[in-house]
Amino acid sequence: MSEATALHETEHEGMAATAEVAHGAASADSELVAAPGSRRMRWAQWWAVTRGEVARQILRRRAIGALGLALLPVLMFSAWALFSASFGDPSVGDSRLMYAVIYQGFILNLVIFFGSVVIFSTLVRREMRDRTLHYHFLSPVRREVLLLGKYAGGVITAWILFGLSTLVSYALCFTPFLSQAPVELQGFFFDGPGFAHAGSYLLVTALAALGYGAVFVFLAMFFKNPVIPALAVFGWEAANFLLPPALKKISVIHYLVSLLPVPVPEGPFAMLSEIPPPWIAVPALLALSAVLVGLAAWKFRRQEILYGED
Amino acid sequence: MSGAVAGMAAADTAPKAPPAVSRTTSGGPGAGGRLVFSDVSKFYGEVLGVNKVDLDVAPGITGLVGPNGSGKTTLMNLLSGLLRPDRGRVSVLGVTVDQPEELFRLIGYATQYDAFPRRMSGFQFVRDSLRQHGFTPAAAETLARQAIARVGLEEAAGRKVAGYSKGMRQRIKLARAIAHRPAVLILDEPLNGLDPMARADMIDLFRRQAADGLHVLISSHILHEVDDLSDRVVFIDGGYVVAEGRVEGVREEVEEEPIQVLVRCDRPALLASRLFTSDHVSGVTLHDDRQGLLVATRDADSFYLDLNRLVLEDGLVVEQVAPADADVGAVYRYLIGGEMGKTGGRG
Repeated sequence: MSEATALHETEHEGMAATAEVAHGAASADSELVAAPGSRRMRWAQWWAVTRGEVARQILRRRAIGALGLALLPVLMFSAWALFSASFGDPSVGDSRLMYAVIYQGFILNLVIFFGSVVIFSTLVRREMRDRTLHYHFLSPVRREVLLLGKYAGGVITAWILFGLSTLVSYALCFTPFLSQAPVELQGFFFDGPGFAHAGSYLLVTALAALGYGAVFVFLAMFFKNPVIPALAVFGWEAANFLLPPALKKISVIHYLVSLLPVPVPEGPFAMLSEIPPPWIAVPALLALSAVLVGLAAWKFRRQEILYGED
Repeated sequence: MSGAVAGMAAADTAPKAPPAVSRTTSGGPGAGGRLVFSDVSKFYGEVLGVNKVDLDVAPGITGLVGPNGSGKTTLMNLLSGLLRPDRGRVSVLGVTVDQPEELFRLIGYATQYDAFPRRMSGFQFVRDSLRQHGFTPAAAETLARQAIARVGLEEAAGRKVAGYSKGMRQRIKLARAIAHRPAVLILDEPLNGLDPMARADMIDLFRRQAADGLHVLISSHILHEVDDLSDRVVFIDGGYVVAEGRVEGVREEVEEEPIQVLVRCDRPALLASRLFTSDHVSGVTLHDDRQGLLVATRDADSFYLDLNRLVLEDGLVVEQVAPADADVGAVYRYLIGGEMGKTGGRG
């Protein structure tokens, strides 16, 4: 037998063996939740990534930053609940306004904003730093699905942390009236807007996580150090009330503020503009988030593993 | 792989000239069952990763050999889509890196990165990967246990990876790479950090995988292990594929260096004196144990004819005739020179 013939036969055997391997892979495929590449499979993979990301964000040491921020309003209103008597004789109405001011000025502008920086800026960057991103890239998952899964994991984490923070701090805000003015409190919640306001604050918190999450996922994909652009965004958002109406629309806070149940005076220097109704504000925020996450996914699809450069 | 040698004319110069090879390109005949690099170049800014690589790798074990920074890891990362070529095309069994849902069912890659998700046990590390592949929870658990058993880590599977030794970390990476039963196994320095027993086990595992029809592409600094393991070898230096094929075939093509043949016989001194008269022998060295000769020849076929004739004429008793430098280490020295692992830079 000539060498060429021997080589040919060896290769033929190799191909046959490859076919057997493919058959083995096919039998492994029968243990998949759905056909590879199908919509159901992508959902399953998205959920696997999302679930893993939530576990990483909440159950690990990395949660300390965001958790600490989420606890600040709770601590602040716990102090209020304990020492409200020393602040004179506040009414439920006063507390409602106080919560609105603190929610907008502190919880929304600082806690949720910087909490989102902590959670979303690190979704991909931290894995690059830890040199573990390649494990995701070596899975048969489209990069877009991967990024959407990580983003969703971040959103769920933010909802859990900041949603609970919002809800608990709102409850603590009115706790002193359980003993001081129970009738007034009952009226506010059962005959008034108390529960609706709580729902509105939760909705704003949820939308803020979606919107700021999208902004910081986007920035993290395009900037190696997203802290400086995040600070620039913070300045833009904080100064939003000073901006002309056209520029106000290019922000997240503009749409969020319009959804707050209790308007807060913006001061004498504020530029007046038309407040978008909820049916514009909510879709606008969702659209902005979709565009930013879409751009981040486009970039992520071209991402290479170059740990040495990061 | 066709068994051709690339860039031999410039084998003694570094960096090597681009190999002038023309083999099966992706999309051509047989591309569906092979790993194909077609005119692939990759640069890191102005630094060359690999340049004008044409390779067509058949099933079996293929060793990737070259000094640090030669482009071995770059080739592996290009094959697995962790890097994208600046030029050319890469395909794995006919699937390109733009088809991740198909590609990563075919590929299992144990990278050189010694990093793991934090606070994860070995079992979780493998199982979570399978869940991300889309396996059912029950199948993921079963496949994870099977893979962990194949690398011999059952007892440590429940422990955190952070507490593993280097060898255990290598093995758990390998378990993750093989758990989904890939058709192509890419292993970047998989024997690093393993003790001799574990090395032997892993080599046996690679052989079994290859015997099952898998493509096993393996890079290693340990040349004699590459020699033992590989059906074919790709020599790479300075980002260029210098030679590729079966080691013996590559060795024969290195015409600048005479072939060394070890001959053991009862009267080596006599044979040496007789061989000096042969036109086909360029040198004879008596072996240190004085029981044999190292013969240098540029024409092996003619030398073997001469040897037959002399053995018959002088009634010599020959115990062994074997090539003395048709191994990866010798070919590496001839083609690339120096020892492996002395230069820095990108792998």
